[in-house]
Amino acid sequence: MSDTPRVALFVTCLADLFRPSVGFAAVKLLEEAGCAVEVPRAQTCCGQPAYNSGDKADARGVAEVAIRAFEGFDYVVAPSGSCAAMIKKHYPELFADDPVWGPRADELATRTFELVSFLTDVRGMETVEASFDGSVTYHDSCSGLRELGISEQPRKLLASMEGLMLKEMEESDICCGFGGTFAVKYADISNKMVSKKTGHVEEAEADLLVAGDLGCLMNMAGKLKREGKATRVRHVAELLAGMTDQPAIGEHKGTPAEKARVDG
Amino acid sequence: MQMRSPRFRENAREALDNAQLQRALTNVETNFVGKRKAAADALPEFEALRDKARDIKNHTLEHLDLYLKAYEKKVIEAGGHVHWAETAEDARRIVLGICKRVNAKTVTKGKSIVSEEIGLNEHLSANGIQPVETDLGEYIIQLRGEAPSHIIAPAVHVNKSEVETEFRRAHTHLDPNRNLEEPETLLNEARAILRQKYFDAEVGITGANFLIAETGSSVIVTNEGNGDLTQTLGKVHIVLATLEKVTPTLEDVSQILRVLARSATGQDTSVYTTFSTGPRRPEDPDGPEEYHVVLIDNGRSSMLGGDYQDMLRCIRCGACMNHCPVYHAIGGHAYGWVYPGPMGAVLTPSLTSIDEAGHLPNASTFCGRCESVCPMRIPLPKMMRHWRTREFERHLQPASTRFGLGLWAFFARRPALYRAATGLMVRTLGLFSGKRGRFASMPFASGWTKYRDLPAPEGKTFQQMWAERKDAA
Repeated sequence: MSDTPRVALFVTCLADLFRPSVGFAAVKLLEEAGCAVEVPRAQTCCGQPAYNSGDKADARGVAEVAIRAFEGFDYVVAPSGSCAAMIKKHYPELFADDPVWGPRADELATRTFELVSFLTDVRGMETVEASFDGSVTYHDSCSGLRELGISEQPRKLLASMEGLMLKEMEESDICCGFGGTFAVKYADISNKMVSKKTGHVEEAEADLLVAGDLGCLMNMAGKLKREGKATRVRHVAELLAGMTDQPAIGEHKGTPAEKARVDG
Repeated sequence: MQMRSPRFRENAREALDNAQLQRALTNVETNFVGKRKAAADALPEFEALRDKARDIKNHTLEHLDLYLKAYEKKVIEAGGHVHWAETAEDARRIVLGICKRVNAKTVTKGKSIVSEEIGLNEHLSANGIQPVETDLGEYIIQLRGEAPSHIIAPAVHVNKSEVETEFRRAHTHLDPNRNLEEPETLLNEARAILRQKYFDAEVGITGANFLIAETGSSVIVTNEGNGDLTQTLGKVHIVLATLEKVTPTLEDVSQILRVLARSATGQDTSVYTTFSTGPRRPEDPDGPEEYHVVLIDNGRSSMLGGDYQDMLRCIRCGACMNHCPVYHAIGGHAYGWVYPGPMGAVLTPSLTSIDEAGHLPNASTFCGRCESVCPMRIPLPKMMRHWRTREFERHLQPASTRFGLGLWAFFARRPALYRAATGLMVRTLGLFSGKRGRFASMPFASGWTKYRDLPAPEGKTFQQMWAERKDAA
């Protein structure tokens, strides 16, 4: 491998559809970390909706698309702990009894990483160039935290941002109630969980809530907006990349932006 | 007990609307979690002990027949009796038979969740024998005519004033103006009432946390001492235990005990850990004249060798439910059967059927907190997913869910079509979202928008924008 690794960005379906700025933030951070970034056209989704609904045939079908799309890159990086864990932890299980796809799934799993932990743990990134004039609270998304051990890495990079004050909320490591289709199938229970979460977010009195997974972010942002709460919500990559001039999640260009400042 | 899992959604709705229950659940969330963490953090070898505990049980399950036979032999050598019960009905019949033979009128009971599973109390009552629960929590819910809502804290959903009301209703021979303000006064009243029951009862029934193959002993782990009185003061001691409780040696049990109380209540060890081997011997100062073990299968053996075998490692500590955000939201009764929380979501469909208990393994976000604290390292989310796979194979999900999933997968398997379809969808949604950047309501997504707004797409997919940027460069 050369000094400039070839990295495939796995945009993830939610970022592709709902929040392209997360993809651009990921590209910027990866380039800052000395990577040559490409975005394979033939990628779609990691297959979790099928996998977690018990539909193994479709999960395998979608996973095969990803395995093909990401062949030949030094690394595959996703701005999502959940989608990265799907490839890293669950693809090998999904193809465990498959002599053809099994080894390919295993091999892809070893090359796949979640964005922030890739920057710190693989690329040795200690600081980011961006700064932020305000306070931030960080939500630990479940898959990233428990399947990939992501906890200190984003906090370390956030702490390196000039002007940024990190305000930890209570129970930052408890599920926000998203859980994919769970949020719709068991909406009443999910609502109880996300309401607890937005309560903790509000108590932290931070200007901005960030996390590493768009599913959780859309859930929390949607609830904060419904409750009329002022805390803005962004993917952690947007903040680390200094891309806070875009409207926050659930907001529009007309909404006044937070006091963002990008150096350099 | 009556199966209420099919109406899980309604149960959950009622639980969410029950203000008193919601207050009680706050205690689970704060007390158990903090205590377990402190206990685990204080023991440097805690994580290694979890591995060891898992390995011991895995080994046992691989050789379960051997250890069960060895255990039976030792029980008989110690003068006890072993009864094999394939079904709940067999177990009820065996227990009733013993009680009738000794003309029992009253039976005291230590806390035994499997007795709930086999519906023993109802069966004894129907046959003129009064079962008296002696664990304080069990006693309270017995008075209230309820099932436990938690496997180690059966009355965790009940608050103090409700206990007071129940005691005044049930203990009519006491002064109606007595002071029951303090928890201690409630405790003392229950203690005084139950004390006489121990002497009245001909038979004492307990569960077992472990059965030891090496010695033929049964082990109970308690904090109130009621189990000891139950099993030593009656003429007959009956132990109810399921097959997977057997553990090879005393040494093995002492290893697992080190993770049990820490995971359950955050205690280093429970107040009482009692080993019983056979009936009273001539030189013993006390103990029962007869010692019976009812070894219950009731579906366990069918879990061996399959996707759910790991679940048989469970030692019923309750850590999974204590850490489950879904349990915290709805409590134990909503799950609708004996076993709530994540362990119940795996076990209930195994012991009943996925047709009845289908909601349970689905009502999880797979947050993984249960697995992260399980002392036996049971992969609970993975096994819930196995149940979802079984459901999918049998077409048990709603047709609309299947259709939506199939449609999505059709496109997700065809990248070019997917790009075209998502591009169009995102553009349309972007146009409809107007100036707000989010939707307050959305057809086909009412489950989402009932409670929260849906952030709107920006108008183009990342793939489109990336392609444009590349073209411009």
